Amino acid sequence: MQVGYYPGCSLESSAKEFDLSIRAILREMKISLKDIPDWNCCGASPAHYLNEELAMALPYRNLVKAEEAGLDQVISPCPACYSHLKHVHEEVLKQTHLADRLGAIVGKKYGGGIVSKHLLDFIKQDIGFDRLKSSLKAPLSRLKVVSYYGCLTRLPGVHIDDMENPTLMDEVVNAMGGEALEWSHKTECCGASLSVSRTEIALRLVNSILEAAQDKSADCIAVVCPLCQSNLDTRQGDIHKHYGKNYGIPILYLSQLIGLAQKLDYSQLGLDRLVIPPKNLLIEKGILEK
Amino acid sequence: MSYLNSQDIHQFRNRILSISGEDASKCIQCGKCTAGCPISPEMDVQPNQILRLIQVNDPDTLLRCSTIWICASCQTCSVRCPEEIDIAKIMDSIRKLALEAKGPLGEENVVKFDEIFLDSIRKRGRVHELELVMKYNLALRRPFKDAQLGPVMFARGKLGFLGHKIKELGKIKEIFQNSKRLLKP
Repeated sequence: MQVGYYPGCSLESSAKEFDLSIRAILREMKISLKDIPDWNCCGASPAHYLNEELAMALPYRNLVKAEEAGLDQVISPCPACYSHLKHVHEEVLKQTHLADRLGAIVGKKYGGGIVSKHLLDFIKQDIGFDRLKSSLKAPLSRLKVVSYYGCLTRLPGVHIDDMENPTLMDEVVNAMGGEALEWSHKTECCGASLSVSRTEIALRLVNSILEAAQDKSADCIAVVCPLCQSNLDTRQGDIHKHYGKNYGIPILYLSQLIGLAQKLDYSQLGLDRLVIPPKNLLIEKGILEK
Repeated sequence: MSYLNSQDIHQFRNRILSISGEDASKCIQCGKCTAGCPISPEMDVQPNQILRLIQVNDPDTLLRCSTIWICASCQTCSVRCPEEIDIAKIMDSIRKLALEAKGPLGEENVVKFDEIFLDSIRKRGRVHELELVMKYNLALRRPFKDAQLGPVMFARGKLGFLGHKIKELGKIKEIFQNSKRLLKP
């Protein structure tokens, strides 16, 4: 089975481990990925208000490139990339004048044939829990996980789960034998790029999320967004400085957890790239051998 | 309250409606948006007040406030609004109008960051994260902000030094040139 893939900019650098682990776990399930050839940045949040047409034209070019490459399904691991591809796809199908305008800007016409998937709905709908389970070699027994969705389920074009109380990630964690905990901060905001421009706001938000996870005695937080991961993981040192709290909670991509349950190699899953190392926790839980 | 006596009290509401399709006059001031907003403690104008200020036609306060720039677009307000107003979209629209007005902005740094971000896409077709953050910190004349993260990010292989460029850079430049700032001016 071959599926299209749109990694996005973060997965080339700060979130390389998200990319590594997704490729590894899908390979394990006999799914090969074909990148959208010569893909470009989706425009992320800045393009929205700085240049509205550009914000739609950038994802539009990716849709064109995906179609030219003969792809029909495209997985975008990053929620922002996913939302943009999906949103533009939906809008051009609804508004002919917009489709014409974007076609003129990009110089090529998108035929409307790309089905965008986030990793989560791809796992649920296309892989299915049975096939996922049959790929597992070592259940994540006794690992207490809180799933953090951030704003994923509320973004434009995203209709994969309940917006305020999503459960898809929890279902995956439970399917792997882990213990998905109920908690209060599933969909609270991580501060996104305010982490760079107004760092103190992001620190307050990240602190409250980590505190809620700690209150539940969670072993780790599972995420599916490069920005959420980065804010929750890299800012724990600053939080220690500002709030005097030393959480030391590992922030793992869901794909890394799946990879661990498939008994894939620690560094192959990019686990050594996390700022808060999960190694001791995983050894203690018997998931990783010493 | 001189703005209440202006000739057309609906002027700003109509402008927002025309560029976003969202009608602020539907707001009943229930306050759910503000209650659920993660950034409200840092905002100078609360989300429900933003809607009220649109209703009473006060563009001066709206275009200069800090709120529109620190809104993280997390969409919680939009999802919870009982009148189904997409408040996050309205925030985005006021940002567009604030740029158009060319007056002082409530948060110059946020705009600076976003401009450098787009510039990275224009030059490479993709964002080079390390270059983006370094250029931003230099533009703000505080080159060592977050420098403490450097060593650990480097050790973990999270900093791509060279970045990536796409092949069809000419195409990206063309797309930038062809794109207009507003879809429905």
